[in-house]
Amino acid sequence: MSALITCKDLALGYETGVAVQGLSFAVHAGDYLCVVGENGSGKSTLIKGLLGLLQPLGGEIRFAGGVTRRQIGYLPQQTPLQKDFPASVLEVVLSGCLGQRGLLPFYSPLDKARAKANMRLLGIDSLTRASYRNLSGGQRQRVLLARALCSAGKLLLLDEPVTGLDPHASDEMYDILEQLNKKQGVTIIMVSHDVAHALRCATQVLHLDETGEVFFGSVAVYRKSALGRLYLRHSQGEGGV
Amino acid sequence: MIQSLGALFSYSFLVRALVVGSLVALCAALLGVSLVLKRYSMIGDGLSHVGFGALSVAMALNAAPLAVAIPVVILAAFLLLRLSENSKIKGDAAIALISSAALAAGVMVTALSSGLNADVYSYMFGSILSIQQEDVALSIALSAVVLVLFLLFYNKIFAITFDESFAQATGTHARAYSMLIALLTALTIVIGMRIMGTLLISGLIIFPALTAMRVCRSFRAVVICAALVSVACFFLGMLLSYAAATPVGASIVMVHVAAFALFFFIGKARERR
Repeated sequence: MSALITCKDLALGYETGVAVQGLSFAVHAGDYLCVVGENGSGKSTLIKGLLGLLQPLGGEIRFAGGVTRRQIGYLPQQTPLQKDFPASVLEVVLSGCLGQRGLLPFYSPLDKARAKANMRLLGIDSLTRASYRNLSGGQRQRVLLARALCSAGKLLLLDEPVTGLDPHASDEMYDILEQLNKKQGVTIIMVSHDVAHALRCATQVLHLDETGEVFFGSVAVYRKSALGRLYLRHSQGEGGV
Repeated sequence: MIQSLGALFSYSFLVRALVVGSLVALCAALLGVSLVLKRYSMIGDGLSHVGFGALSVAMALNAAPLAVAIPVVILAAFLLLRLSENSKIKGDAAIALISSAALAAGVMVTALSSGLNADVYSYMFGSILSIQQEDVALSIALSAVVLVLFLLFYNKIFAITFDESFAQATGTHARAYSMLIALLTALTIVIGMRIMGTLLISGLIIFPALTAMRVCRSFRAVVICAALVSVACFFLGMLLSYAAATPVGASIVMVHVAAFALFFFIGKARERR
């Protein structure tokens, strides 16, 4: 099976310095890749690199298998100003179709049908006319996920998808992602620091470390590796599990 | 009421002010929704002070006021956006800095050249007499540009207002659209500040959006409601100004305050139900 995204000896960073370097990994169709690591290890920088918002300092990112940089469904972290934003659920989900519109100013009936289909898929079709600011944290994440699916149906890039959710809502979020991955065949790249839960349904792990050490491989191998054992024990201790 | 309305329309300078003012009110309301939601409310205030500085300089140099003010305010708008995006001085502080510096510069220039006279007073607090015949054509043209661009880019403006990083990731040039909004805001302010006054024009941008947000639940409803509220408040404010012989800018803003209070209570009552 060919890789959708291949990163080879990738180096990313800002004017102030290099954030990640020597990064090599591949994402295949149907993978569920979990990117873990402490704050400041370069996870957010990697997201920007994959989205093309940051040019690589070295190495390369190659897209293949019918996927381009624009066909990544991105789920960013929620921003504070969205808390009281007056927007209907449909308006938010539809805005995911904007990327394919180009310079055409208005949505087509096809866009609207796709938005409705994705809302049905995520069980929020009853909320179409509800206001985004009145939703619960879990419902908001579903809305943003539906928007991401509208922008790209094959590959999702999720930035800390369960941050700020209560345990019940975050379990639901993981269930939805697992279903999308297994039943719909959606490839998932998820950045998370909630490593213990995130690994439950992931197939691959990319671990970035502040020291520059990198692990890339399957979850089973990761659990046995020195880096993985250390990190898992550490984060479980923190979570009090 | 009908009589005073009739009287209002019998003066040509009043008709000019009504035409230009209602167009400016409409544009300001549309742009205001995006600015308020993106937490850029103070940009209107900063730009109007820069406009005052520019007008004072133009007056001292005997130059055409709009020819000087428009480019200066546009430049200031770009500068303010850049400052609030990436600098050590944070957005609100940067705006306050530029705004008081420009106001001070304007007052200094006027004091040194002609002294603080009636013209300066009218720039500060607004005057319907300041709209000349040639301003009407320019104002109509600029308002048309704002309306057409807003309509064409409505969906993109929603996307970058709601979530700039997502819009960028899907290939929307978020920065270009932010610049466009700043440019249109600058134009609206330069035209509007002579009716409303330097100190009150930002009310025209902020109030309609905030008023509409009390009761409306979707972005489109907020935009439409803000536009209607803005134009209605403008006309009521003009009537109030005419009937009570009060300065026009202040009268319009006071009507906006009343509208905001009304919508606030409607919103509260709805929540409780």
